[in-house]
Amino acid sequence: MDIALNTTHNFLSKIATNDGHGENSPYFDGWKAYDSDPYHHETNPSGVIQMGLAENQLCFDLIQEWIGNHPEASICTPQGGFDFKEIALFQDYHGLPEFRSAIANFMSRVRGSRVQFDPDRIVMSGGATGAHETLAFCLANRGEAFLVPTPYYPGFDRDLKWRTGVELIPVVCESSNNFKVTLGALEEAYDKAKESNIKVKGLLITNPSNPLGTFYDKETLKTLVDFINEKNIHLVCDEIYAGTVTRENEFVSIAEVLEEFPTICDHNLIHIVYSLSKDMGFPGFRVGIIYSFNDTVVNIARKMSSFGLVSTQTQHMVASMLSENDFVDNFIKESRNRLAHRHDMFTRELAQVGIGSLESNAGLFFWMDLRRFLKEPTFESEMTFWRTIISEIKLNVSPGSSFHCNEPGWFRVCFANMDDATVMVALERIKSFVHETRMLEIKTMAKIKTKKQCWQNNLQLKLSSRRLEDIMSPQYSPLNSPMLRAQN
Amino acid sequence: MAFFFQLVSLSSTSPSIYIPFKYTNIITHSSFPPTQTSSSSFNLFQPSLNLFIKFQNLQEIMLSAKVTCNSHGQDSSYFLGWEEYEKNPYDEVKNPDGIIQMGLAENQLSFDLLESWLESNPQPAAFKKHNDQSIFKELALFQDYHGLPAFKNALVKFMSEIRGNTVSFDPNNLVLTAGATSANETLMFCLADPGDAFLIPTPYYPGFDRDLKWRTGAEIVPIHCSSLNGFRITKSALEEAYKQAEKQNLKVKGVLVTNPSNPLGTSLSLHELDLLVNFITSKNIHLISDEIYSGTVFSSPSFISIMEVLKTRNLMNTEIAKRVHIVYSLSKDLGLPGFRIGAIYSNDELVVSAATKMSSFGLISSQTQYLLSEILSDKKFTQTYLSENRRRLKERHDMLVKGLQKSGGIRCLESNAGLFCWVDMRHLLSSKTFEGEMELWKKIVYEVGLNISPGSSCHCSEPGWFRVCFANMAEETLVLAMQRVTSFVDSMVVKKNNQSRHQQLLLNNRNSRRTKSLPKWVFELSFNQREVAADER
Repeated sequence: MDIALNTTHNFLSKIATNDGHGENSPYFDGWKAYDSDPYHHETNPSGVIQMGLAENQLCFDLIQEWIGNHPEASICTPQGGFDFKEIALFQDYHGLPEFRSAIANFMSRVRGSRVQFDPDRIVMSGGATGAHETLAFCLANRGEAFLVPTPYYPGFDRDLKWRTGVELIPVVCESSNNFKVTLGALEEAYDKAKESNIKVKGLLITNPSNPLGTFYDKETLKTLVDFINEKNIHLVCDEIYAGTVTRENEFVSIAEVLEEFPTICDHNLIHIVYSLSKDMGFPGFRVGIIYSFNDTVVNIARKMSSFGLVSTQTQHMVASMLSENDFVDNFIKESRNRLAHRHDMFTRELAQVGIGSLESNAGLFFWMDLRRFLKEPTFESEMTFWRTIISEIKLNVSPGSSFHCNEPGWFRVCFANMDDATVMVALERIKSFVHETRMLEIKTMAKIKTKKQCWQNNLQLKLSSRRLEDIMSPQYSPLNSPMLRAQN
Repeated sequence: MAFFFQLVSLSSTSPSIYIPFKYTNIITHSSFPPTQTSSSSFNLFQPSLNLFIKFQNLQEIMLSAKVTCNSHGQDSSYFLGWEEYEKNPYDEVKNPDGIIQMGLAENQLSFDLLESWLESNPQPAAFKKHNDQSIFKELALFQDYHGLPAFKNALVKFMSEIRGNTVSFDPNNLVLTAGATSANETLMFCLADPGDAFLIPTPYYPGFDRDLKWRTGAEIVPIHCSSLNGFRITKSALEEAYKQAEKQNLKVKGVLVTNPSNPLGTSLSLHELDLLVNFITSKNIHLISDEIYSGTVFSSPSFISIMEVLKTRNLMNTEIAKRVHIVYSLSKDLGLPGFRIGAIYSNDELVVSAATKMSSFGLISSQTQYLLSEILSDKKFTQTYLSENRRRLKERHDMLVKGLQKSGGIRCLESNAGLFCWVDMRHLLSSKTFEGEMELWKKIVYEVGLNISPGSSCHCSEPGWFRVCFANMAEETLVLAMQRVTSFVDSMVVKKNNQSRHQQLLLNNRNSRRTKSLPKWVFELSFNQREVAADER
């Protein structure tokens, strides 16, 4: 059987038979667990709640209302019927002109209209996934590398590496400074690549960050730009979460940096990835965008976009929707409010039971600190505890190690892909878990006297809630963490 | 900081880096031998050539080789025809002397059928289910790369219907991709490592150079087919190509055919299909059958899918069937290229699994999947559409064939499918070379006002053949096109008589001048470096 399999493998390419797609990683267990037992408030109330999915479901009512009021936006309704033939035949990879203008307009409004985007630089692609791969194909040859600050979106390993043969080199960021990217970390990663004889072609950042939910301040961005300019490498800024920043005026796009400091770098080195999957909540429509300040890249990426064009039916609808400024402005504002409300409610409730998280104000998730629940500060413990979360608390969250985080104990929790009622169920589950754990600990503590470990001390500083004191009471011992139960 | 200033000065002394790419297209034209009839625009851009080289070197440092190489196939002279068309497109009222677009394999003949379906079924296009409930949220969030099950079911049934229900397809073996462009590239990523080769019968769709080679690093080795047997695939041509690849030290991973053929408009015979199956069996390689024109077969012989051959030969559950993969799309059969609906059908679960994962790079919009699942599930509609569409295509095809026949006896390769004819204009060439073909083609573009595709753009090994599309225009436009051809051919006859005397004179002077016909190897070299415009626009 093995031999037969091997023979078949020989007929296929290395790409088809290697693991570059990343789906054989143990992290897919969480998805499988969810898929085999998905929560439903009526039919499966004890099922797994999906909190590993960065979807934005909070504002569909606004879009649905708009669609109801604009039947002409569909090329196929009587109101829009006249366009059908023209739209169905349109396959110019430049995209419908009205689509590009509408996207440029939307990108600008999401950034508070502080910066304008040129529709002629808008290149479409099959989602941000396609956009990243296309940029990797354009900017790097097989064997060359991009630097990426950790923790980073696990999909990058597939998107940037799999078919292109490009490498990703982690820029290690740490909790001690809230996972900020430092010049030292950048230089270290760059030098390490150099030592290994790997040519670095660029730096890739997500701003706002997935999974951290934080965004870069202007000074840090300038530092990054200085760095890439000095090294003469590219900077790819994935800004697909730009519209999720709850404190609107504080987000700084790389485009704004270039506008404010035009001589800061060679503009040919700067490229933005955008998408409507997060900001509008449209992952199904596959609208991805490359916005490059480099003419050649615009041109070549556009030719490559033939491999993943956006359906003109969708282009047409998006163009109608996003060119209406009143709708766009109201949508962005309302979406920010709802996300902020959800985020604050979630983190506040968790803080009440002593679970802290990295302070954040963007994204569809937050970065939860469960270091104190680990038996040991190792990734094995993180994995074990993660399995406990899935099988006992019945939540599918994503462990930090899947984001290449270098410190065990952090988890990404998505909060915008469910309704309020499900949020309450999820919170209840966490709370009762924490409670049970504590009760168990108290009982056990009566029997075994264990010394409090000093690494917990640091943690107290990070957690904001007052009730935290209860949890962090001296009875707590990592020896009695839930993994013990899981293992026994 | 010093370095920073250095960079700034570097770019300010190199304005070339800001050359808009549009010009680099034109500049590359000048890098192949200009023909006698070359327009002055070539020379105009000649001085920029140095700049261009500089530009390329600079870019090479920073960008990837994919950017700086030309395998995307759009820097060729054939682009000229498109540029001319865009500058001066025919319009019945506004520009009656403009260029008529006959280089575009679009099917516009049956849109009324689709439109009337949409009129009587308004819900799916307006994000509604049949009970009028909104399906918007469900669709907006749907990003499973396995595709909407309802759409995949409907699509495999449609594929069966086109093949007369002689074979059935399993939706689990189907992978959805953003158009056939992406389907072909994805298969190449799955089946070939960089430097491996696929054999393709000539003439072939020019876009394959981009789709199969550009980003994958795979190679194409032509299987030379000849007009002597109507461009049919023969055993010896297959073996010859295989040997050629071996000579070039390329590992052959498979054969790719288009059935029905683009640009020939013919479907493969049972004999050819048998040959192909035998060939891939003996060589232990793959077969990709691009069947995106399967629904356009409008007259006999009827279409035979590779799947039917596998079934009749009882090969369905064998290792051989696992090496056969089909590419499909709704761009031609339903005339919906804008919607980017492509598919791979493979009998090998490993290919299905890898290709499904790769489809993340180019999925079909869920909105479009939903609309099409509704359209294709209406069996009454698909039945009417397929038969009516075939009838209309045949009518058009016959009009073109007869019209050309009347124009001084221009003949077409006998065909039964496609949205185009393969037209034999060898007798109109001034010399039986590709330069002669290029010369005639330019006349047809500039003087006759038709944008058609020269055979050399399809890697045809014989000069003088042209692909002429007939389904992307109104009937009256086709009539006008025929009239233009007729008057051109008439004038050619007059000119030719004068020219033969003139040429005699030229020949006498030959030694002292640059030869009119470049040595064959010079031409072939430049020809191979040159790539061709994708014809799908």
